[in-house]
Amino acid sequence: MNEEVTPLPSLEQDQTSEQTIEEIVASLGETVGEPRVDDPKMSVSNVNVFYAEKQAIFGVDLDIANNEVISMIGPSGCGKSTLLRCLNRMNDTIPICKVTGELMLDGEDIYGKDTDPVLLRARVGMVFQKPNPFPKSIYENVAYGPRLHGLNRNKADLDDIVVNSLKKAGIYNEVKNRLDESGTSLSGGQQQRLCIARTIACSPEVILMDEPCSALDPIATAKIEELIDELRENYAIAIVTHSMQQAARVSQRTAYFHLGKLVEVGDTDTIFTNPSHELTENYITGRFG
Amino acid sequence: MSAQDKRDTTELVQSSLQRRYAREKRFRFFGLAAITASLTFLAVLLITITLRGLPAFKQTFIQLDITLDAKTLGTDENPDTDALRKANYNGTIKNSLLALFPDVKKRADKKRLYKLVSNGAQYDLQRKVMADPSLIGETFTIWLPVGDDTNGYIQGNIDTTLPEKKRRFKDNQVQWVETLKENNQIERRFNYTFFERGDSREPEMAGIKGSLFGSMLTLTVTLLLSFPVAVATAIYLEEFAPKNRWTDIIEVNINNLAAVPSIVFGLLGLAIFINFFNLPRSAPIVGGLVLSLMTLPTIIISARAALKSVPPSIRDAALGVGASKLQVVFHHVLPLAMPGILTGTIIGMAQALGETAPLLMIGMVAFIVDVPTSLTDPATVLPVQIYQWADLPEKGFVEKTSAAIMVLLAFLIMMNAVAVYLRRKFERKW
Repeated sequence: MNEEVTPLPSLEQDQTSEQTIEEIVASLGETVGEPRVDDPKMSVSNVNVFYAEKQAIFGVDLDIANNEVISMIGPSGCGKSTLLRCLNRMNDTIPICKVTGELMLDGEDIYGKDTDPVLLRARVGMVFQKPNPFPKSIYENVAYGPRLHGLNRNKADLDDIVVNSLKKAGIYNEVKNRLDESGTSLSGGQQQRLCIARTIACSPEVILMDEPCSALDPIATAKIEELIDELRENYAIAIVTHSMQQAARVSQRTAYFHLGKLVEVGDTDTIFTNPSHELTENYITGRFG
Repeated sequence: MSAQDKRDTTELVQSSLQRRYAREKRFRFFGLAAITASLTFLAVLLITITLRGLPAFKQTFIQLDITLDAKTLGTDENPDTDALRKANYNGTIKNSLLALFPDVKKRADKKRLYKLVSNGAQYDLQRKVMADPSLIGETFTIWLPVGDDTNGYIQGNIDTTLPEKKRRFKDNQVQWVETLKENNQIERRFNYTFFERGDSREPEMAGIKGSLFGSMLTLTVTLLLSFPVAVATAIYLEEFAPKNRWTDIIEVNINNLAAVPSIVFGLLGLAIFINFFNLPRSAPIVGGLVLSLMTLPTIIISARAALKSVPPSIRDAALGVGASKLQVVFHHVLPLAMPGILTGTIIGMAQALGETAPLLMIGMVAFIVDVPTSLTDPATVLPVQIYQWADLPEKGFVEKTSAAIMVLLAFLIMMNAVAVYLRRKFERKW
């Protein structure tokens, strides 16, 4: 049934064939589409990521623009999460992880000697796959970041930040009467929005989202997607997702990764209606992945 | 798959089902049996210890009319403190005993009569007189502890049906005690001495306070040293140290240290703390140091396990909002790991509380009468005290041993209760 899909370099095949990942990646050719935008917020140039000896990302170029959502899609193990975690140096916590190439935030190298990862993470916030509120009160969850960075001058300031962040994350009305209850007592969708509020509270410039809806039911997912669309007005957003519908709904640009290589990037509409690369087409039509 | 196959499968599953359920039933039965057995052992242990030890919390007292005349005391009318300390209180007590039973004339009988009252009673009298020297020249009534044999007789430990030669408590002694009982001059009272005194060669004067304080001081040193050092070590190894050959070696060594026989730590303490650093012998500070060495690996291992079990998503979350590594650890990871760390600590401390072997090596096994008040005073600890009392031939020490075990267990339960309380407190915070 799948016969017309001629030799697909997939992970499964790699185990049986003689080809190494490097050879398959080389056979994928150049990235299709335009990875660059005018006036990028973040810019990734020729980035390679290694876990010990194993290379996870091969020479990726990609820009993240202001007031735009870019979604990264691709089969499991294609390196999209790895790239995302490079953007705020969360990969620093993995000792065997090595990053080469250039990653810029507003024209500054984020892996440069002068860049402090703590400051970087305040500017580039992250929302994770599994909702991970701190086991503290809802208020404390949101107030933690601003307090760390000293963003508030006094208690009233902090209250303002907390309320505004919760409002922006669209959860304020649901929790305004129980700010001192534990963040873990909320439902999964509420927890994830709380995590978004926590990220917003640090007033970041970029928000990275690593499959933010994969643990949520459709209603909660719809709320988060709505929220992402609203947040676009003020932030640059990069989202990794396994749901192509989600990518189509929330993002303006889409990047398709395969085995650590950026295969195709372009306007979401174009990618989903008229993909140029065979692999992209196969993936978005659901033939594999 | 044909219909025939399907039926076969059903039959096969059904026939194996019975065996599976039977196996489960058997396993449950074994589990229940194991629990019952261990509970029975525990109950037997606790009941025997309690039954043996309870009498030790009571002491028999004898009422005596004491006449304090300067002549018998061997002092003048207005003696100074030194003279008061050295005065002959024993003679006074003997006189009042003789006054109770004037017909005792023979020297051997007199000796037996004197034995009714504890040898330590003179110190009770001494304390009373030194507190109020105006008593000299007066006659007053005082309750004094009886001797070990008398105490045993009152408790029914002495079989009077045996021929007189075969028992320590003789016929005329029995007679005197019965007379005193009739006159209500003998009474069982709560044994404050047991909690107020240090060790003694006389069972009726021996108390647990010395070793209890010794244990407290020693364990305080152990806790103050081992807890912060162990937690810091665990945090560094788990959160900050690079994973390389050196940290591997360190880890293997810590795990090995946890399995080293405790007496080896005692030898180490003797060689280093006492012989090299010249710290005093038999002192709680040295005991605490040695027990810290022993407890460290236990706490380190459990603290590392507790830190490891904190979900990585919490670390990610904190890092993601821009916390530094130290802030991640101290704001989020450590509080979440605290219950586990406390459990490990209490296991280590309980181990340290029950430890005797290493303390023997550093001289905490000595016969120490005074209650230690500082870390350098000579002291002994509860388990060593139990060991020493269990070794003594006097009947009275048998019950003292059990009573000391009860005190040790109570101390342990108290320590556990504190740990449980702290654990609850840390858990409730979230």
